[in-house]
Amino acid sequence: MSKRLDSFVSWIDKRFPLTANWKAHLTEYYAPKNFNFWYYFGSLAMLVMVNQLLTGIFLTMNYKPDASMAFASVEYIMRDVDFGWLIRYMHSTGASMFFVVVYLHMFRGILYGSYRQPRELLWLIGSMIFFVLMMLAFTGYILPWGQMSYWGAMVIISMIGAIPAIGEPLSQLILGDFTLSDAALNRFFAYHVVTLPVLLVALVMVHIIALHEVGSNNPDGIEIKKNRDPKTNIPVDGIPFHPYYTVKDIFGVVAFLIVFCGIIFFAPEMGGYFLEYNNFIPANTLQTPDHIAPVWYFTPYYSMLRAATVNFLWIDAKIWGIILMGGSVAIICLLPWLDRSPVKSIRYKGPYFKTAMVLFVISVLVLGWLGTKTPTPLYTTLAQIFTVVYFAFFLLMPWYSKIDKCKQEPKRVS
Amino acid sequence: MKRMRDLLFLSFFFPLLAYAGGAEIVLDRAPIKTTDISSLQRGAKIFVNYCLTCHSANFMRYNRLKDLGLSKTQIKENLIFTGQKPGDLMEVAMKKKESEKWFGVTPPDLSVIARSRGVDWLYTYLRQFYRDDSTATGWNNLLFDRVAMPHVLYELQGEQQLIIEEIDDGKGGKHDVKKLVLSKPGTLTKTEYDIYVADLVNYLSYLGEPHAARRKQTGILVMLFLLGMLGLTYALKNDFWREVH
Repeated sequence: MSKRLDSFVSWIDKRFPLTANWKAHLTEYYAPKNFNFWYYFGSLAMLVMVNQLLTGIFLTMNYKPDASMAFASVEYIMRDVDFGWLIRYMHSTGASMFFVVVYLHMFRGILYGSYRQPRELLWLIGSMIFFVLMMLAFTGYILPWGQMSYWGAMVIISMIGAIPAIGEPLSQLILGDFTLSDAALNRFFAYHVVTLPVLLVALVMVHIIALHEVGSNNPDGIEIKKNRDPKTNIPVDGIPFHPYYTVKDIFGVVAFLIVFCGIIFFAPEMGGYFLEYNNFIPANTLQTPDHIAPVWYFTPYYSMLRAATVNFLWIDAKIWGIILMGGSVAIICLLPWLDRSPVKSIRYKGPYFKTAMVLFVISVLVLGWLGTKTPTPLYTTLAQIFTVVYFAFFLLMPWYSKIDKCKQEPKRVS
Repeated sequence: MKRMRDLLFLSFFFPLLAYAGGAEIVLDRAPIKTTDISSLQRGAKIFVNYCLTCHSANFMRYNRLKDLGLSKTQIKENLIFTGQKPGDLMEVAMKKKESEKWFGVTPPDLSVIARSRGVDWLYTYLRQFYRDDSTATGWNNLLFDRVAMPHVLYELQGEQQLIIEEIDDGKGGKHDVKKLVLSKPGTLTKTEYDIYVADLVNYLSYLGEPHAARRKQTGILVMLFLLGMLGLTYALKNDFWREVH
């Protein structure tokens, strides 16, 4: 480093802890050296977030949050704005890819027990990020004001309205109207571009601060901080995040971009899964589409919503559906307290946990697939079975994780 | 509001009811090539002559047709019949209220019709009109039962008649098979008409996303760049990680 730069940095350091932060979070943040494939998705989620924020700014410059102009303004972006088509596809593909990387990031957490002590709070903050992300996706999907935007939102809004006692006033408070209308579109635009992004960015920062406080978990699920070099006090299995994981993540970013750009440039609709065909029809408040299907990332929860078909304990079937749907997301937060296994990582867990994990993955995939289909009696039965499997994974965990025959954890990471 | 909400719940718990009506028809594959400029030009001509009188393309500007190798004067002289400027949107003069009175429904805007319906649907639809005296227009469509649109291209295709044949399924049961037969020939042969419709559908596909061709071209360059970067970043990563044991 040149002398001039040195003195400039020290000038800053006297006024702002630049070098201290650089060290604490990058060059002297020690991450386990055995991160594998699953550990790319945290940094990729940040990349997609930045992509959404940046492309979002440019979309906002040309989008009109007005029920009579919204659909046309999106097409204006697609046709007449310079590179508008690229910006819009980056944003729409980014929305789906955000869920892809976040789902894989969460799956990694379950796989290696990253939610276990001392990372419970980290997991809770992450769960909050996930809720905010779902709200962002929902509010964003309304904005193009196509048929699916409108009627998909109608289904969700009607669910809020169905909550006993507070439902009706609550939905009016959110919509600013008795039904989904221009006023509601304006509000959803405000939530989507101001409220929720600010919350998201703040929560992501808190997530990283919490992570760097407790340190990263790793595929072996053992604490590297327990084994430090007596002289330097640095974990013997730790390596500085920068440069080792920065260069590794850059490689991950390029590999991800190949997939991401492949979709943007060659299949932006992704066969109707990322951009639904019915959403190329402007919203018609008088004509309900034959088949209302949410975007793929919501389909597992939608399946569970539809799985409730019987009234039970004086409560209406549709209320049970809402409880199941909300519960399926909320229960994820409880993982740190449900897992009673003596080990963290799947590598050392026994056959019960591994079986439960496989069943869980199958149930999520089947429920996701069912959510895209029009229900038939067979499909509804399947959805009910796999809803039970989904919840059993969580609710029976205290039992099967405790009695499981686990293997001995190693002393050092492998 | 409450009734509507119940209806909505019903509609997403039992969307099957909505499907009870129509039987599925296998769509013909549209033989289109989005890189075939002359097909697109012919399609544009068919579009402005036959479609643009009732259907608008409100998100499309005439001068965007420069993509198809046409000059501003060519567009102005051959494709604009409404006295509009090349920079204007492809709007129709027909008022919404009038068209609703005439057809029972406003003809949908066609800007993104290829994206919502799909090209195969359009290709099949435009070739499946038949004479039906029970409808207001005297026309019906096998794919879109009792569609409000009359058969605009009948002079070219001719008139088709619906024939319902009862077919033995070999297990003692019988089922109906619907067939269209040309009863009055048009000015085009069947093959010529199919190509004619394909040109139009090709144009509609272009209309749905005018930048699609450019998108794919850009995509190839981006992918080549990224593949190069993949090798480079992998080498960089390995170089640093050599020290980690």
